[in-house]
Amino acid sequence: MHAKVLVTLRQGVLDPAGQAVATSLNQLGFSQVKGVRIGKVLEVELDDMPEDEARKHLEEMGRQLLANTVIEDFEVEF
Amino acid sequence: MRVSVVTFPGSNCDEDAVHVVRNVLGAHAELVWHETSELPAGTDLVVLPGGFSYGDALRSGALARFSRIMGAVKAFADRGGYVLGICNGFQVLLEANLLPGAMLENASHKFVCRVVSLRVEASTPFSSAYAVGDTIRIPVAHHEGRYFAPPDTVAALEREGRVVFRYAGDNPNGSAADIAGIVNPERNVLGMMPHPERAAEDALRLTDGLGVFRSIQAAIDGEASA
Repeated sequence: MHAKVLVTLRQGVLDPAGQAVATSLNQLGFSQVKGVRIGKVLEVELDDMPEDEARKHLEEMGRQLLANTVIEDFEVEF
Repeated sequence: MRVSVVTFPGSNCDEDAVHVVRNVLGAHAELVWHETSELPAGTDLVVLPGGFSYGDALRSGALARFSRIMGAVKAFADRGGYVLGICNGFQVLLEANLLPGAMLENASHKFVCRVVSLRVEASTPFSSAYAVGDTIRIPVAHHEGRYFAPPDTVAALEREGRVVFRYAGDNPNGSAADIAGIVNPERNVLGMMPHPERAAEDALRLTDGLGVFRSIQAAIDGEASA
């Protein structure tokens, strides 16, 4: 089975790379862009199992390695 | 003093650290490959060097933490052994939870490579060769050096006198409270972003970094003769 783990910088943590992208979008003419924050998507292939069981494993992976919870949040999606 | 410098895949300041300990300080230094499970017998100090361990995959320092040698380094630190993490080594110590907090991309969104001024804020086994309040000049070279920790953690570091080095006047990365280097509560583990091994001999016209190594040597020799 396939799952996605979305890792994002926590609210309030400055994202200079995201700011640079937002500035570039404004320069391209996308004046409606107010801000961009860059995160990561980890696509994970797992053995087949019920989603709630997979979610438990993936949340443990998120806490132990995939995100640094001092600075990042993460979400699991299927 | 016997110094073990860990080489991770992607470390690039390991030889520099060995050079300073061996040729400037005249002490014993050797490289230890990351797949080794034990530190050399008699190790007094472990250096986690600068570089780009595991290509900074996922986050700087995140994967080095799982290297076989890190189990031995953690056990060594838990027994009170001295551990010095420089630049990427600091990032590894944070990811390994040997020090609190995390590193973020520099606020400038740029790699910074220049000599900066640091204020020595605390006397520890890593800084006793300096006087508290001294300003020293040591180079930084990093893209992810913006130290971040929750406000209560930063407050605890300040209260407990665990901020050892602070950027003086020119904060190159936007780190919280201008933090450049911190120690653990037991004061045997130091992480710092600047590179003392790049400022340790006359030929470089930068010698202020040597005090970090001299301090550790004095602490170790003092313990040996006590």
